[in-house]
Amino acid sequence: MNNALGQPQNILLLGGSSEIGLAIVREMLCPTTRTVVLACRDLAAGERAAAELRFAAVTVEVVHFDAIDTAASAALVSSTATKHGDIDVAVVAFGVLGDGAVTAVDSLAAAEVAQVNFTGAVAATVAVSNVLRKQGHGSIVILSSVAGERVRAANPVYGATKAGLDGFAQGLGDLVAADGVHVLVVRPGFVRSAMTAGLDAAPFATTPEKVAVATVKALRGGRRTVWVPGLLRFVFSGLRHLPGPVWRRLKFG
Amino acid sequence: MAGLSGATGTGVFTERRTRLHGWGRTAATSAIVHDVQRDGLGAALAEAGERGALARGLGRSYGDAAQNAGGLVLRLHGSLTDTVIDATHATARVPAGVSIDDLLKLIVPRGFFVPVTPGTRQVTIGGAIASDIHGKNHHLEGSFGSHVLAMTMMLADGSVVEADRDNNSELFWATIGGMGLTGIVLDAAVRLIPIETSKVAVDTDRLGDLDALFAAMTEGDHRYRYSVAWIDLIAKGAHLGRSVLTRCDHATIDQLPSGHTGDPLAYDARQLIAVPPIVPPSGLLNHASIAAFNEFWFRKAPRHRVQELQGIGPFFYPLDLVGSWNRLYGRLGMVQYQFVVPFGAEATMRTVIERLVDSGSASFLAVLKRFGASNPAPLSFPAPGWTLALDVPAGSRDLGELLHSLDRIVLDAGGRHYFAKDAHTTPAAIRRGYPRLDEWKAVRERFDPHHLWQSDLARRLELID
Repeated sequence: MNNALGQPQNILLLGGSSEIGLAIVREMLCPTTRTVVLACRDLAAGERAAAELRFAAVTVEVVHFDAIDTAASAALVSSTATKHGDIDVAVVAFGVLGDGAVTAVDSLAAAEVAQVNFTGAVAATVAVSNVLRKQGHGSIVILSSVAGERVRAANPVYGATKAGLDGFAQGLGDLVAADGVHVLVVRPGFVRSAMTAGLDAAPFATTPEKVAVATVKALRGGRRTVWVPGLLRFVFSGLRHLPGPVWRRLKFG
Repeated sequence: MAGLSGATGTGVFTERRTRLHGWGRTAATSAIVHDVQRDGLGAALAEAGERGALARGLGRSYGDAAQNAGGLVLRLHGSLTDTVIDATHATARVPAGVSIDDLLKLIVPRGFFVPVTPGTRQVTIGGAIASDIHGKNHHLEGSFGSHVLAMTMMLADGSVVEADRDNNSELFWATIGGMGLTGIVLDAAVRLIPIETSKVAVDTDRLGDLDALFAAMTEGDHRYRYSVAWIDLIAKGAHLGRSVLTRCDHATIDQLPSGHTGDPLAYDARQLIAVPPIVPPSGLLNHASIAAFNEFWFRKAPRHRVQELQGIGPFFYPLDLVGSWNRLYGRLGMVQYQFVVPFGAEATMRTVIERLVDSGSASFLAVLKRFGASNPAPLSFPAPGWTLALDVPAGSRDLGELLHSLDRIVLDAGGRHYFAKDAHTTPAAIRRGYPRLDEWKAVRERFDPHHLWQSDLARRLELID
């Protein structure tokens, strides 16, 4: 159970080696935390991450999870709840960026990004939400992106998956609120991490740690969306309404 | 399961769920809630699934004690007309769903008062037993459970049993303070306090610091049936622990002013105003507004005044004058923190108060009391010593760190925390504070082997294995 301060006992991270996801988990760790389950495709990376979390009196378990295998993700979520008790917070943090130039022309590569980031995330989130709704409580954190707010020519597939996921998460959040489940959509700007290594940072670039601090604060405050940094909310409310010809002339990072 | 029907709010569930939270308005969860009469209880319980069932009274516990996420929550209706008073022996048999508010309207005009009352009338008899509530007379008369003579209960298997100090005594004491996890209390026989008037004769003292307060209470509390001190948790330094101590007993007829006409037992308990549902999200209680209030409250109290006649309402239930006052804390609600440390741990109490003051967490109406002897209930909170209760806005900065660190100080001094207030602590803190937890669990397990009775509090603090 989450306590009155929003401190969780059991945390499930889907995308168990995601830098942002792990930063969020670290930010949530507190004396009430009992179990962290890291679900990831790369078990070795998951184990490395687990080793860094095990300093506290917390059980950390690494389990195999591949977003493309949607049948397996449902089983994984329900077995986590059976084994460790109620899931208080589930963080859906996995995703691939893909090379925008490649995915724009290679249909197989495009489909893979779409399957992981959208199909996989939607399927896993539905599985999580079923468990949480049955529990009658719990929070789901969905890592969206400002890239979905207005999709750029530089990486249309990635942007579109985030746009789709963001919309899904908002609708789901409204649906499941009556069942005691809270959905938080996180919209970071450019985050300096392994995913973006080698890319030039866009304006208002942030870090996984800053995303984590803002996310946990929003979670405890009962917010449904959070932008990181917060200023991006206003930047993008302008950008999304820019006339096409102006938008297309803008250069980002 | 029904299909998705988001428009009706029933989601994937066939029954509509209700979001429930405690008086602190934090950590809401959702459950199927049924209002039931006593004779419909068995049928309602048959619907309980794997998330179990729990009885809920008026929802005055501050945290998650009366919630059962994903399960069944039953509000048992209790009719005041089913209350039977035995005036000769000063006892009453009361349905568990009856509130102290309703009970007082019945018994005060007949010359009786409840044996123990918390700071609000809005608790049910069932809730009073489940939390083994205490009042301002604990130093002499113990907690509510100490005045329960017998109770009728419905157990997990649907059977109805009587429990008292001789028959089913283990069940009896496990239910007192058992947070509703042993069965549903249907009615209880309780002792009453005979009174001559509906007034109390109050002595008030203003104390400049914590040591003066400790000294005054230690020296004089035994002369008063009721004693409570309000502490200013904003005053620092030399004024740390400045407080207003009020102590009283029920006034006798002789104490009423000469020429007093009218009914000495006249009782009028009203709510003056209510806080509307619309309060700024950040709440109205912050460091500045509370500092101003505390200054006013301290200054308005007389330095020393004796035998002032007050009504039962103003003395025992000042907060009941303002309906839904918990809304003043805004969208994020509040956390109530209450612990007890043994006599001799005054230095610990001072440390805790210093930490609270230094943290700048705005708290108003912090209350200090002295507890007397415990009763035999394994999970009953009160133990001989000092108890402090205070509330803080749940959104306060670093509140989690502060409270968990205070927990350690309290536990190291041999203290513990109150289930009816708790909303943040850990299972380990409960195991340390309640050394008889396993004994209680064993009794509970005997009467509920399939874990029908469940609650958010029980899950959070691992009260059920």
